[in-house]
Amino acid sequence: MNDLKLPAIDYAALAPMLILFGVACLGVLVEAAVPRARRGLVQVPLGLLGLVAALVFVIAEAGTRKRTAGEAIAIDGPALFLQGAIIVLGVVALLLIAERSLEPGGPFVAQPARPVGSEADRSQAAGEGGATEAYPLVMFALAGMLLFVAANDLLTMFVALEVFSLPLYLLCALARRRRLLSQEAALKYFLLGAYASAFFLFGIALIYGYAGAITFSRIHQAVTAGTGSGVLLFAGLALLAIGLLFKAAAAPFHVWTPDVYQGAPTPITSLMAACTKTAAFGALLRVLYVGFPGATWDFRPIIGVIAILTMLVGAVLAVTQTDMKRLLAYSSIANAGYLLVGVLAMTPEGVSSTLFYLVAYGFTVIAAFAVVTLVRDADGEATHLSRWAGLGRRSPLFAGVFTFLLLAFAGIPLTSGFTSKFAVFGAAFGGGQVWLVVAGVVTSMLLAFPYLRVVVMMWLSEPGESTPSVSVPGAFTSAALVIGVLVTLLLGVLPGPLLDLTTRAGDFVR
Amino acid sequence: MNFPFLSVLTVAPLVGAVVVALLPRTRPALAKQVALGWSVAVLALSVAMWIAYQAGGDRFQFRESYPWIPNWGVRFTFAADGIALVMLMLIAVLMPLVILASWHDAERGKRNVPVYFALLLALQSTMFGVFAAADVFLFYVFFEVMLVPMYFLIGSYGGGKRQYAAVKFFLYSLVGGLFMLAAVIGLWVLGGHTFDWQALVDANFSTGAERWLFLGFFAAFAIKAPFFPFHTWLPDAGGAAPAGAAAILVGVLDKVGTFGILRYCLPLFPEASRYFAPLALTLAVIGIIYAALLAVGQNDLKRLVSYTSIAHFGFIGVGIFAFTTQAGTGAVLYMVNHGLATGLLFLVVGMFVARRNSALVSDFGGAGKLLPLLAGVLLFAGLASLALPGTAPFVSEFLVLLGSFTVNKTVAVIATSGIILAAGYVLWMIQRTTQGTVNPALASNEGMRHDMSLREKVVVAPLIALIVLLGFYPKPVTDVINPAVKATMADVGASDPAPAAGTTEAAR
Repeated sequence: MNDLKLPAIDYAALAPMLILFGVACLGVLVEAAVPRARRGLVQVPLGLLGLVAALVFVIAEAGTRKRTAGEAIAIDGPALFLQGAIIVLGVVALLLIAERSLEPGGPFVAQPARPVGSEADRSQAAGEGGATEAYPLVMFALAGMLLFVAANDLLTMFVALEVFSLPLYLLCALARRRRLLSQEAALKYFLLGAYASAFFLFGIALIYGYAGAITFSRIHQAVTAGTGSGVLLFAGLALLAIGLLFKAAAAPFHVWTPDVYQGAPTPITSLMAACTKTAAFGALLRVLYVGFPGATWDFRPIIGVIAILTMLVGAVLAVTQTDMKRLLAYSSIANAGYLLVGVLAMTPEGVSSTLFYLVAYGFTVIAAFAVVTLVRDADGEATHLSRWAGLGRRSPLFAGVFTFLLLAFAGIPLTSGFTSKFAVFGAAFGGGQVWLVVAGVVTSMLLAFPYLRVVVMMWLSEPGESTPSVSVPGAFTSAALVIGVLVTLLLGVLPGPLLDLTTRAGDFVR
Repeated sequence: MNFPFLSVLTVAPLVGAVVVALLPRTRPALAKQVALGWSVAVLALSVAMWIAYQAGGDRFQFRESYPWIPNWGVRFTFAADGIALVMLMLIAVLMPLVILASWHDAERGKRNVPVYFALLLALQSTMFGVFAAADVFLFYVFFEVMLVPMYFLIGSYGGGKRQYAAVKFFLYSLVGGLFMLAAVIGLWVLGGHTFDWQALVDANFSTGAERWLFLGFFAAFAIKAPFFPFHTWLPDAGGAAPAGAAAILVGVLDKVGTFGILRYCLPLFPEASRYFAPLALTLAVIGIIYAALLAVGQNDLKRLVSYTSIAHFGFIGVGIFAFTTQAGTGAVLYMVNHGLATGLLFLVVGMFVARRNSALVSDFGGAGKLLPLLAGVLLFAGLASLALPGTAPFVSEFLVLLGSFTVNKTVAVIATSGIILAAGYVLWMIQRTTQGTVNPALASNEGMRHDMSLREKVVVAPLIALIVLLGFYPKPVTDVINPAVKATMADVGASDPAPAAGTTEAAR
């Protein structure tokens, strides 16, 4: 009988993930052990501390290039950068999630299982403390994302995909207001997400059939050698891409996005828009750059068409939206298209520009959703666009901040939106993908219109009867907002340091 | 002298804007005084720069360069040639006058007064930057950011369909800007990852790439200028903007388009410029005739002035793409003179509109009997605008036609007919507003009883003086422009035809 050899495990390299999984488990214990009223007081510092500790380990590992845990996990520049980005964005999103002062009980419902409209449900809407289970769920999701971007074989990647997706499905159902919308969002996200996972899994099976392996280095060898059946390769890669592009919210796999973004509690929406997108593109980068660069000529036209379709769908449908959260959802779809443009450069600049874009967009979008949580009336957030009319007169500060964020989305210079667009377009141009740059520029023009419409609404219209007031944000939301806006400005004016970082982090280990 | 004029000029108005914006809303008078004082100080600095500039010296002077984004080779590089210098002066001269002319504009409609003047100063800062930049990336940044203050000036403080006009202005300019962005990225990748203007001029591109890049830049500038058929935003924006902002918009901001063609399209893409010159000339000539015809039919004074500007931009376009030093000098001089003349015209029209609360020609009639002095100034502004000999625009228009006649007779002849149409729209407009029997509605109008106040006289006097002065003695300006235009034409590779006897005398 052969001896089983245990793979060598580099615990320091895995520490960020281990810490977050540990914190998540601790959070579950806190739910069991601490009285309901005091759980929030424990969970928030626990989560923040865990994230900070994980970040410390990520930074300590800077410069590492190795595979560990039997080649299942790769710790290299992109992985560490993405893990750091997810953690930092997660901290900012967690601040929004922890906000309790905007409405009694916070943004989450106490007992999501109670039937909507029942007596018990009405009483909990009135101000019962929100579910603190959200915190461990968020930590599980973030830990899964860290694993997702570091996964070096397809099975680990699939496990990570499920680990971070399942908590998000649950979190979507926890909105305190408009419960039916929230539950619908969760169900939709779950069903479509399950399909996407199934596609992904099927893709893994086909790729295994092609390459006889699931690690990216072996797949790369097989693709370069070009020995196996082309059908298996292309069908497998297509199915894998569907699974990943679903999470990235690229058209035509985007249909869940507006509904889920609208129905989910706004802090969770910001978490999905920033962190999930980062994780999904991180994994997509690794799959395409490490596993399948040999098939670039085969997949680039198809994913290029998807990129253009994504930008077009996002831009055109954003024009017709009347709800702020849906508008931001379509804008997020369009941004997935711009990110794909960067990915498809298939050059080192392509990686670094995509990484830069992910960070820049993440901060801006969290800040934008932070403003959305503030504009509210007695029934919760007032997300209908018409309600934002004249907001500039009511509350010039927040309208000014939101205008700045919209200008960033529109790609006006001196905001991070411009520098990041410049980075991805420049990379794509350098990679010979001029058609994608032209499509990106044309859709940017379309996309400017919905943003501008909101600016017009806020500043140039007179406030009406139904214009809600802007709540004074609590310390947590203020902090998230200030961080988001400052980073948006800073990356627009002085992108140098982060560009340096992404350039140095752009090298995958195979 | 090594004083960093250009960066200080770019930053100073921005600081002023922040200061003015922070002044309490309840003290509008203070905000106005600070803004006026600030803009006068900026003007003084600009005059010092004009004196320090050596007309016969290097092509680019006052060069400064600081690192900004090393990863992309982006630097804060400022440098001014003669063309940029005269545009910078034009902004510096117009801004205090516009602030003075807008003294009461923002008070109507309970808008925030300090913010209005802060936006004007911020706009001045971005315009300085756009003309002073010698780094393509920096130029692009200013080119886009410039839209934001102007957007709010039109949208928040304008009249009529201000929201529609503001959005249309922003979207048109942004569309052009994004075409340019694609071209800027292409230029950067193909030109060896640098944005330095000089390095890019020295770079070589393949013919195909050069033509596409030219089109990207040209689209942005043709929308900005605007040339036919990209002009439709200007009458809306000019008609809706408050008079002061409209004077800046048409007088200076649009010149970024023609300036950009001279500074970027021609030197960077000489082959493509020659290739596309017939197209550009055609658009310019159509613009001259078409806009003049539309101007004749306008009933709204501000829209009418906007259309006249489009016609004038056609002349500038002809001057640029004729590729002779004479026509080029005429075009640049036209950019200055048009800024003065149309600026004056917009400000005077604004004074009429402020009295009547309407910009419709049909709401006036015989106003000259009630306001003889103001009507006289309108007549002068109108005559300057139609390029009457003795006013500054005549010199430039004459130079443009002369310079283009030597190389392209057809274009010159068709363009000349634009002069006749110009006489038509100006004189007919003046006749309908200020002459004839007094409109009964005017006689009972309180505002129409006050002729020009001292403030309004102070606003128009320097402009009238400059128009007359440059009409008789343009040499100080042409001396600065000429070397720069010569160098630009050398970049394009165009050589002047042998000058017919006496033409240079006509220029003086």
